This record gives sequence, structure tokens and C-alpha cells, in this order.
Amino acid sequence: MAIPFSYSLRNLWTRRLTTVLTASGMALVVFVFASILMLAEGLRKTLVDTGSADNVKVIRKGSASEVQSGIERQQAAIVETQPEVAIGANGRRLLAKELLVLINLPKRGTSKTSQVTIRGIQPESLQLRPQVKLVAGRMPRPGSSEIIAGTSIAKRFKGGAVGEHLRFGMRDWTVVGNFDAGNSGFSSEIWGDVDQLMQAFRRPVYSSVLFKLADSSTFDAVKERLESDPRLTLEAFRETRYYANQSEMMAKFLRILGISLTVIFSLGAIIGAMITMYAAVANRTNEIGTLRALGFQRGSILVAFLLEALLLGLVGGCVGLFFASFLQLFTISTLNFQTFSELAFSFTLTFEIFYKSLLFSLIMGFVGGVLPAFRAARKNIVEALRVV
Amino acid sequence: MYLLKLLWRNSFRHRLRTTLTIVGITIAILAFGMLRTFINAWYAGVDASSASRLVTRNAISLVFPLPISYKDRIRQVDGVKTVSYGSWFGGIYIDEKNFFPNFAVEIENYLKLYPEFVLPPEQLNAVVHDRKACVVGRKLAERFGWKIGDTIVLKGTIYPGDWEFVLRGIYRGKEQGTDETQMFFNWDYLNETMRKLVPRRADQVGFYMVGVADPSHAADVAAAIDKTFRNSLAETLTETEKAFQLGFISMTEAIIIAIQLVSFVVIIIIMAVVANTMAMTARERINEYAVFKTLGFRGCHIAGMVFGESLVISMTGCAIGVALTYPVARAFGTALSDYFPIFNVAPVTIAMDIGAALMVGIVAAIFPTWRAVTIRIADGLRRIG
Repeated sequence: MAIPFSYSLRNLWTRRLTTVLTASGMALVVFVFASILMLAEGLRKTLVDTGSADNVKVIRKGSASEVQSGIERQQAAIVETQPEVAIGANGRRLLAKELLVLINLPKRGTSKTSQVTIRGIQPESLQLRPQVKLVAGRMPRPGSSEIIAGTSIAKRFKGGAVGEHLRFGMRDWTVVGNFDAGNSGFSSEIWGDVDQLMQAFRRPVYSSVLFKLADSSTFDAVKERLESDPRLTLEAFRETRYYANQSEMMAKFLRILGISLTVIFSLGAIIGAMITMYAAVANRTNEIGTLRALGFQRGSILVAFLLEALLLGLVGGCVGLFFASFLQLFTISTLNFQTFSELAFSFTLTFEIFYKSLLFSLIMGFVGGVLPAFRAARKNIVEALRVV
Repeated sequence: MYLLKLLWRNSFRHRLRTTLTIVGITIAILAFGMLRTFINAWYAGVDASSASRLVTRNAISLVFPLPISYKDRIRQVDGVKTVSYGSWFGGIYIDEKNFFPNFAVEIENYLKLYPEFVLPPEQLNAVVHDRKACVVGRKLAERFGWKIGDTIVLKGTIYPGDWEFVLRGIYRGKEQGTDETQMFFNWDYLNETMRKLVPRRADQVGFYMVGVADPSHAADVAAAIDKTFRNSLAETLTETEKAFQLGFISMTEAIIIAIQLVSFVVIIIIMAVVANTMAMTARERINEYAVFKTLGFRGCHIAGMVFGESLVISMTGCAIGVALTYPVARAFGTALSDYFPIFNVAPVTIAMDIGAALMVGIVAAIFPTWRAVTIRIADGLRRIG
């Protein structure tokens, strides 16, 4: 026969202070656990949203990213003539030869500067990236000193909003529009006409060529052809793969940090739960004896104490998750070590993280409670009753 | 003396509970110390920078070069003592995982600017007289087992192609905080190769390192250099090495703040655990406290006992944690040497460890003390368990 569930529940209530202290320790651990998972998920989501599997990104061989890459005009022209490139509605090839440079711009509200990515675009650039939407103003006219800025730039950098001016490359540039790119990395970029920017920065080469495949399955063929062409020193990637490579180091860093922190912290919380449960058992030796005398089996006692520990974990887990869910309001922006450009991503809570965190808190409760519960179950009836 | 004995005995009345609590504190202090050391490692570049060195780079951003012709004009600026220059090479040794910083620099003056990099004179001589020569730090040489005379091939990321170098010198750090994981090679080798391959990219440098005669005038010298090149095609931005390094770190500020927060969270977690232990202890001993009071001991004596016990537990944990910090930091430092060339435990970290443990001990004892002190004798004696 099982001991009623309310026994465990009310025991926790009786020792409120202890319960609160133990559960809050666990809540903090779950908070940290969940926040790191949310961060990693946010990063992953940003990457997935940034690239499209149908798009192919071409950069110079050996260069780890667009920033270091350089593609001569005639090389870019050869890429353009590949038969696999999709044709758009207006009969033009869906291919954009782009320039990418990093510049320092002052942030709003401080005198500090931060790195910003400037991308020289062609008309097709927007079509190749359906996640990018103009939210204010208009597109820049080709051949003019007009630029558009991502929403994240507009918010955080001086001169980023529509109608404002930015100065770089010895020229003044008018911001004529703001675009939103959802979770993707483009939100922290500034876009302008590629030929104008090449002039301004005196860099007569493109950084990358991006094109859409008419048929996604032809990727291997076109990659093979581009990379073995003796006239070219280029490398082709699927766009999704390219962006995943870009923040591999950041993802690895988050993963290592997350795992080590969680392990250390959970040790602390498990010890807390263990102390609480051992004390609960010690204080209730008499009760345990009485329960056994009434005919409850050892197994039932074990289950009752385990339930208590699990409940403790669950309370901690719920509280931790509750506070972690508020993190979704924050966005982290940091330097991507690999590209030297800014990478912004937000905490993202998914159902998977939700149940993982709860499971984690239950496991902490279980590990903390299992030894004390065994001790409770193993107590001898007569001796337990004799304890005052 | 007698009191200390009582505290010690009291602490270990529940041997299991106290042991668990101490283990918890040990882990927390260890974690706290490691996180702090981690943050220090992040700032290692800043700490190692000298006030007498300025960095001149393109004002647009680091990825834009400056013409080599600026060298002589910078040297003419008042207060400038030494000028060296170089470029971030960003080469990969076999695999991206083997990352280490590698620069093409004008070595002779560069080493004059960095007296903390100690290179034997005959090795310096060999490096300067061999175009393909390179110098690496002691730790880097150990990591890959390189010896003088070895050929090292790097795959260029910014400068395309495979680049061959001959190891001619291994430098040592003068101080504990000196980075011994860098690689330098002759800028001329890079420039001459680029002149052949991509003439448009030749005769350009990534940065100038400027040594000033008097560090107190560094700001004026920096302003004078920038003024020289104002309104030119390549405007410059000159700042002290420290500001330059801080600029890098401020971009990763979010991570540092997160780690700092987390290091405090671990202390709060352990505070909850210790507070719990103390609360349970005080609850069990309400009876005894009542007896003490009956015997004439005052509230302050009892408070002293609870606080003392809490501190005994937390300081014991702290002592073990601190003792473990050094070997663990060494193990971490070896494992993470790719990311962090410097991973040393600072004395200030230990002070913070002790401060945190003291705080944990005191905060954990507040509530139980209050209960113990305010209990009325009759109530205390009447209570069972």
C-alpha cells in the first residue's frame, strides 16, 4: 500500500524555511542551465535564419570568412555564367556579387565605437534573402550614396535611423531605409550599392558571390566545377553550412561553458537537497517507525521520501524556469572571434528546453534524495520507534 | 580556546551534514575562483600592455591597411622613439584547431618595443638575416614540438597560399604574464611575396607600433600622429596599447558580464545551502540554547556560537577550496592554452574567495541566530526535536 501523496507534500510545507532555501538553490541552478540552453538555441536559430540551403556562397579558397576573402571581377564573372544558377522572374540571374567590410561606428549614448559590417549589395541581394524585409523608408538607388541599415544598427548606432547620415570612406551616406531581418545576423549590417562602396573603400574586388541554385541537388556538381577550375581560386559552400562554420567557435565556447557550469552548480544543489533530505529522515525517525508499524512496506517509505525530494526539485525547476523565461526579453550582442564582426542573438525558450530543464531539476532532486530515502527505508521498526 | 573547541565539536556533531556542506562550499569556492581566473585570463592582454607603446591603425577599422610610407612620417613626430610595423597574418597551422596568433612584423624594432620578449642575440641575428625566418614563443614551440631549424608551413587565410617558414628563434617571457604563444616572421617576406602575387596589396601594413620617449606624453603623441594623416586616403587612429586591447574586450563585454554574474550566482546557491544547514542545526538545538540561557549565558554568547559554527564550516570549505584552486587552475590552463595563453590565479582572487566565504558564513547564520536569541527559555525547553 502506498503512503498518500499528501504526506510528502505536507512535510515540505511544515519545514518551509528549509524547503524554500533548498528549492531556491535548485531554482538558481535550473535558471543557469535553462539560460545557457536558451542562449545556444538563440545562436542556432540566428544561424538557421541567416542562411538558406538553396543558396551557394563562394569565397576565396583558404579564407575562413567573407571578411578575409577577395574575388577578382573576372573570377566573379565566371561564377555568374554557371548553368546551375537560377533565373529570376525578370530574366536576370539570381546572383549577387557582394563586398563586405568592417568599420568602426560610434554607438548611441556612449563615446564607444563598435565594429559594424557593411555589405555592398546588388539588386538581387534582397531576393536571395527572403527573410530581409524593408520596414521603413525605401531601398537605396543604385549609383548613389544611399544606404539602408538593419534595425539593430538603427537602434544602437548613431546615425542609423532613416533620414540620418553616416560618414565613412571619406563620404557622407544618407540612410534611406531600415530593414528587419528577424533573428538573422543581417539585422546588424548596413547595406549599400556595391560599386559605390568599392569606390569609397578603394577595394576593387568583391568579397563573395552568392547565388541561388535552380535545383538544390546540383550543389555538388557546381562546387566540384568551381573548385577545380584552374582560372579560379575559390571555394563554394551552401549558405547554411557557411554560417554554421562562422560561429562554430562561439557555439563550442557556449557549449563548454554551459556544460562545465551546469555540472559544478548542480553538484552544489544536489548537496543541498541531500542535506535537507537526510535531515528530514533523521527528524522523522519516529514517524517512519510508526508508519512501518502500521504496516507500510519499506518500498512505500522509499517512494514517499523520493517523492518528497522530487517535489523539491520540481518546485526549484518551476521557479528557475519562470525567471529564465523573462530572459527572452534580452538580446546578447558580442564579438564573433572568427569574423571580428558583431553577432547578436537572443535567448530563445523552446518546448525542448522547457522539458529538459524540468527533467534536469527532477534528476537533481532524485540524486539528492535517493540515498536518504534508502536510509529511511532501511530503518529497523523497533529501533526507529525507540528514538526520542 | 575553550570556545573554539566547542565550536569545532558542535560543527561536527552531524558529521555527514557538515561534511556535505563543506564539500558544497569547497566546490562553490573552487568554481568562483576558476570563473574569476577565467575573467582575468580574458583581460591578460590588457594587463600585459605597456603605457609607452601606441598602436596606429586605419581609422575605418582594423581590416583596412595603412601605406608603408607612413613609417617615416610617424618617426618624424615629436616624442616618437621607435617605430615598428606589421600585419596580422592569420595563418592556419595544419588545422583550424591549432590556432595561435601569428604576425608579420619588422622584427628588430618590434622586439625593442617589447623588452618582455627575450630572444638571445645570436637568434635575433639569424632571424633578421633570413627572409623566411620566424620566431615563436616558448610555449608554442613546446606545444608542437618545434626545434630551431624546423620548417613550419602555414596556410594563409588573408594572404592566400601555403607559406613556408624556418624557425630561427624561440623567445621567452620575462614575466609570468607574458604571452609565450605568439609567432612572428619578417614582414619583408610577406611584402615581397605579395608584390609578386597581388601587387595591389603590397607595401601595406596592418598596424604601426610606436614607442614613445615619455609615457606621460603618450596622448599628445597619439594626437599628433593622427593629425599628420587627417584628410588623407588612409586616416589613422592612434591609441595606447591598453586602450586598443580594451577595445577588443569591450566587444565581448556581454560574455564577461554573464560570467561575472554567474560567479556570483554560485555563491548565492551555496549561501542557500549553508543557510539551510545552519537553520536545521539551530532548530535541533533550540533545547540546548534554552539551557544555556537558563545557566545565565546572554543572547550575545549564543549568537557568537551560531555565527562561530557557521564561520567554522564556511572557512573550512574555503580553505580546502583555495588549496584546490591552484592545481585545478594549472590543469585548466594546460587544457585551454589554445584559447588563453595566460591562466594564473591572482592574489586578489584568493582574497575574493575568502571574502565570499566570510559573507556566506555570516549571512547563513543571521536567521538561525535570530531564532536562537529570541526564543523564550520556557518555550525552548518545552520543544521536542
